[in-house]
Amino acid sequence: MAAALPRSRERSRQISTRLTIGLFLLPALALYLVFVIAPVIQAAHFSLYKWNGLQPLTDFIGIKNYQVALANDAFRTAIANNLLIVVLSLGLQIPFSLGLAVLLNRRFPGRAVFRLLFFLPYVLSEAITGIVFRLMLQPGSLVDSALTSAGLGGWVQDWMGDETLVMFTLFVIISWKYFGFHMVLLLAGLQGIPHEIEEAALIDGAGRRQVFRYVTLPLIGPTLRVSVFLSMIGSLQLFDMVWVMTGGGPLHASNTMAISMFKAGFKATQMGYGSAQAVILFLFGLIVALAYQRFVLRRDTEGALTMSAG
Amino acid sequence: MTSQRRVGGLVAVLAIILGACSSSATPSPSTAPPTTAPTTEASMAPESPSSEAMAPVTIEWWHITTADPGKTDFQNIADAYTAMHPNVTINITVLENEAFKTKLATQMQSGQVPDLFQSWGGGIMAAQADAGMLKDITSDIASWKDTINPGALSIYAYNGKQYGVPWDMGMIGFWYNKDLFSKAGIAAPPATWADLLTDVGKLKASGTAPLAIAGKDEWPSMHLWTYLVLRIGGGDTLQQMIQSGDWNTDACTKAGQAVLDLNALDPYQAGYKSATYNDEAAAVGNGKAAMELMGQWAPSVQMDQSADKQGLGDKLGWFPFPSVAGGAGAPTDGVGGGNGVAVGKDAPPEAIDFLKFFESADNANKLNTDNVGLSPVVGTSSSVTDPNLQMVAAGRDQATFMQLYLDQATSPAMGQAINDATIALFLGKSTPEKVCQAISDAAATQ
Repeated sequence: MAAALPRSRERSRQISTRLTIGLFLLPALALYLVFVIAPVIQAAHFSLYKWNGLQPLTDFIGIKNYQVALANDAFRTAIANNLLIVVLSLGLQIPFSLGLAVLLNRRFPGRAVFRLLFFLPYVLSEAITGIVFRLMLQPGSLVDSALTSAGLGGWVQDWMGDETLVMFTLFVIISWKYFGFHMVLLLAGLQGIPHEIEEAALIDGAGRRQVFRYVTLPLIGPTLRVSVFLSMIGSLQLFDMVWVMTGGGPLHASNTMAISMFKAGFKATQMGYGSAQAVILFLFGLIVALAYQRFVLRRDTEGALTMSAG
Repeated sequence: MTSQRRVGGLVAVLAIILGACSSSATPSPSTAPPTTAPTTEASMAPESPSSEAMAPVTIEWWHITTADPGKTDFQNIADAYTAMHPNVTINITVLENEAFKTKLATQMQSGQVPDLFQSWGGGIMAAQADAGMLKDITSDIASWKDTINPGALSIYAYNGKQYGVPWDMGMIGFWYNKDLFSKAGIAAPPATWADLLTDVGKLKASGTAPLAIAGKDEWPSMHLWTYLVLRIGGGDTLQQMIQSGDWNTDACTKAGQAVLDLNALDPYQAGYKSATYNDEAAAVGNGKAAMELMGQWAPSVQMDQSADKQGLGDKLGWFPFPSVAGGAGAPTDGVGGGNGVAVGKDAPPEAIDFLKFFESADNANKLNTDNVGLSPVVGTSSSVTDPNLQMVAAGRDQATFMQLYLDQATSPAMGQAINDATIALFLGKSTPEKVCQAISDAAATQ
């Protein structure tokens, strides 16, 4: 009897704690279920039908929409383009941002101005960025005449109309828009590193390069990994800017999965087929996110996440 | 496929009707709705009991005429109607074209439809009708349907039922810069395809881009290809292809070949591969390109997109698509279309009565004089003031066959496939045979 009482009190305290957690989670959870989980399930459901979005869902065709999408050259181009942007972003954009962050972490006059200037493009919306660059890249417009007057007339290209060039044109603009964001993230990471550690390394005889490689880089690892993660997910979801600039053209050369999905669903009103593409895009994102969490971010989240059994 | 076949049938009917009657043969406008307020009310009275007429009614109307004077004209027409019928409120929602399409699709999925909304007829309207989203107004408009050009009206009919009415109907043709033509030494607009190719060569030699197209938006050049199919194969063959879904025909490959002949002259404006339709209009409006193949809205868009907002003014001319030697199609056959209003499934009788008022000669004349559209209301063509638009209206009224824009006559998926296939040809990345095969393949999966 004596032992039973504390145990039941303990249990009731546990229950009330869980109840409190549950109550606080409820609003966010409800929103998440209604606006994220439910639509995903709905899309998966639609994707099994041939459906124009107006009639009742009756024409069940199994996984045919997925087969058609994966066999479609334009959709394959879209997948390849998304992966190309992921690779280019990780290979060029992030290192560039890191380099700038390291430079701007030093003391020199006008540092704040540079930080501000580099961050500014991120403030613009993707659509506006797309429109501005579309105007600048028109044949004979700003970019072309600037090149010509600099004596580089031979460099002038059909920036958005050349099928092999268009993805690189887009990549440069995407990088222009997002490098400032990653730079600020990494800069924050750099500023979190205590000076003493770097000083200690210098006193111990390490060169600047060694300090960066063995001290700075590992210490901003968590920030860098988040930056890489955001960049990957953003590259997979690429839509607005490409839609405004090229619409996925010419001839699907700048297609992305999101553009292909939008065209199928809302232009051609093949809602079932569009949903199948949406599900494929979702799976890409999910797999990348889960794998990244599991293998790369694990050490950053260790101890911060409550494991199931506690 | 079924919806296409039906639409195809409709267009065939349209062709027969248009072929049968010129503007002088259409019923006299004595049946036109009375234009003064009291008589309009009187004519409405027998249809609805007075007690019902007094009950408050709200009409939801979505249109896409975002620019003035059209936007104001529409508002004024609604205001004039509600002034005569105080119990009626008309809620106008003005939406941009793309936003409208997306919003309407979402709205329809929830089973709600505006009472009146923008429509282009054809395949999309057919799909909406199949889904039970539209109201059959055949008998409601029976007393006044003869006031509207029958060809234009039939675009808004499907399976013999009327689901909407047109307020704008035109024909696609070449809009050209007279100054650039004369500078290139071209005395008169070309009457044959061979002449056109010669003139393209002359324009090119004079240092002007002869023809503007839009690689990003795809559809402008699709119309050029459609016209070639129509001129080479004739209206019946084109109908046959749309209905059967078999595009592997002589007319289709020859049309593709003609496009390649044009491509060989490198006739398009700088940056055409990634150009939007607005870029195309700007090229013509700024005098950078000598012509474009476009519908009745071309002058206003050119004006809007040109650097000085003036467009070409008097320098702008119009000529119908030239004939092709040995082709089965008549030079008076046309590709056209326009704007209309569809009626939603739950629309009150007042909404249809409003449409009758909307299509009155007075309102039609107002839309014509303001260049908002080319009204298909019979006997109103004379109020078109612009000489070029007068030519478009005459072309429409005298057409021996009228094909609704191919990407609207068919289902949206089919239209997308046709646009995708034909733009590849214009960008030099396809062959005539591949285009015909791609469209046939798309038709097979419908």
